[in-house]
Amino acid sequence: MLTIAGLSKRYAKGDKALDDVSLGIPAGQVVGLIGPSGAGKSTLIRCVNRLVEPTSGSIRLGDTEITRLGGAGLRRARRRMGMIFQEYALVERLTVMENVLSGRLGYVGFWRAFLRRFPQADMDRAFAVLERVGLLDHVDKRADELSGGQRQRVGIARALVQEPDILLVDEPTASLDPKTSRQIMRLIVEVCAERQLAAIVNIHDVALAQMFVQRIIGLKAGRVVFDGSPEALDTAALTAIYGEEDWSRTIREVEDDAAEEAAAQDAVRVLRAQATPAAARAL
Amino acid sequence: MSAAHAPARRWRPPPLIANPYLRYALLVGAALYLALALGSVEVNWARLSDGWARGLRFVSGFLEPNFSRRWDDIVQGMIESLTMTVTSTVMGIAISVPIGIGAARNVVPRPVYYVCRSIIAVSRSLQEIIVAILLVAMVGFGPFAGFLTLSFATIGFLSKLLAEDIEDIDPAPVEAIRATGAPWPSLIAFGVLPQVAPRLLGLSLYRLDINFRESAVVGIVGAGGIGATLNTAIDRYEFDSAAAILILIIAIVMASEYVSGLIRGRVK
Repeated sequence: MLTIAGLSKRYAKGDKALDDVSLGIPAGQVVGLIGPSGAGKSTLIRCVNRLVEPTSGSIRLGDTEITRLGGAGLRRARRRMGMIFQEYALVERLTVMENVLSGRLGYVGFWRAFLRRFPQADMDRAFAVLERVGLLDHVDKRADELSGGQRQRVGIARALVQEPDILLVDEPTASLDPKTSRQIMRLIVEVCAERQLAAIVNIHDVALAQMFVQRIIGLKAGRVVFDGSPEALDTAALTAIYGEEDWSRTIREVEDDAAEEAAAQDAVRVLRAQATPAAARAL
Repeated sequence: MSAAHAPARRWRPPPLIANPYLRYALLVGAALYLALALGSVEVNWARLSDGWARGLRFVSGFLEPNFSRRWDDIVQGMIESLTMTVTSTVMGIAISVPIGIGAARNVVPRPVYYVCRSIIAVSRSLQEIIVAILLVAMVGFGPFAGFLTLSFATIGFLSKLLAEDIEDIDPAPVEAIRATGAPWPSLIAFGVLPQVAPRLLGLSLYRLDINFRESAVVGIVGAGGIGATLNTAIDRYEFDSAAAILILIIAIVMASEYVSGLIRGRVK
């Protein structure tokens, strides 16, 4: 579905964000993109929909060469790519429904959009995705009235209503608590399976990535240094991506009999995560 | 106890200008200039004592404002002024919004930005009175000149503040809408305008106040409205009628201030 070949990006200041990145993602595959801050994860997915202009290389979505498009062609290509953001990137003062319908702006003329007279087919699509993400009760609420998890569901609905071929997901769980993070990751993986969507998910939480994605790509200083299954991501691979550290407690336990222990550890992690803000306030 | 033996670690905020000589030279220089400048202002004390009585008569007019002598003129002038205010504000907003969007660096290409910024600069650099004198010469005495003047002045004010507001919006939703493949007008309608809508409403109501007050001023140079009535009253030394007009202007401005405060409080 998506083929990236020899992609490089050099920013005006001269630092090379991406260095000769090549990878292919088939339809229906969810790829977790991990790597330290500044490794180029965000730049990579923004090059795919050209929010960032690549310096050189090729990006193909199906039969379309994205890097050569301009104007209307680029907008048509963007319609096929749904994007989900770390801080949700919703228009806070618009309703849930308006935020979801904004995913159809690439298809609808300006006056219809401006007057909120979207075609019935688009309304039907919007209601269907809102039902899928479980927000049918919040259609007319303003986005700023929702919780973090609900906002991210609106973000997912906005991406899905585009009826894309691929999802570009930038740190979807970085602003969410551990439980909501899992629910959001689960939802993303499920809808990708249902609709045979390819997806690139930038993610900091290695354990969470291993839990949900089918393939992991590790990026370091703009280069791909790991590309394989979540099980293959071992201490050596993590050291190659992030540098030297004690990784033994980060990697998911693969043995079945360790699953219980892992669940217990997760519970502890949830408690710790919830306790931390309170502890910080107490200080 | 042992802490008492440690020397106190002193701290002062770092000065704005590091070089002390430069710092004090600038201070002394500024004080010297101020003293010389004040000394150069010539005060004619004889004239001041004459005018004092006249000014007192003007102020005492406020103690007994006369609404009745020129009541018909006042009503006529008020209606003209209010019409001028509302029409020029509406027209000004209609022109300002596109120019304001065009003058926001983050949503338009550079050439459009420079053109719109230039329009704003021209509108802001010409003071209302000067524009009014010019337009009275062009279209003649009366409220139409006032309408044009205030519309023109509104553009400079509203476009500039709107543009600055648009430059401060959260870029994330704009990026998200752009990523959906939305064309530029839809991007503005969904990503930008909702973010500045409350402020645009507040600025428009504020400009309505300003335009009403300015309508009194431009009337003095012949652009119609309550200002023309006020000018006639002052020319004829009818300070009690002038006081009545000023009291009405103050009352209307205060009322509109109150109402716009209510409206702004409701829209968040």
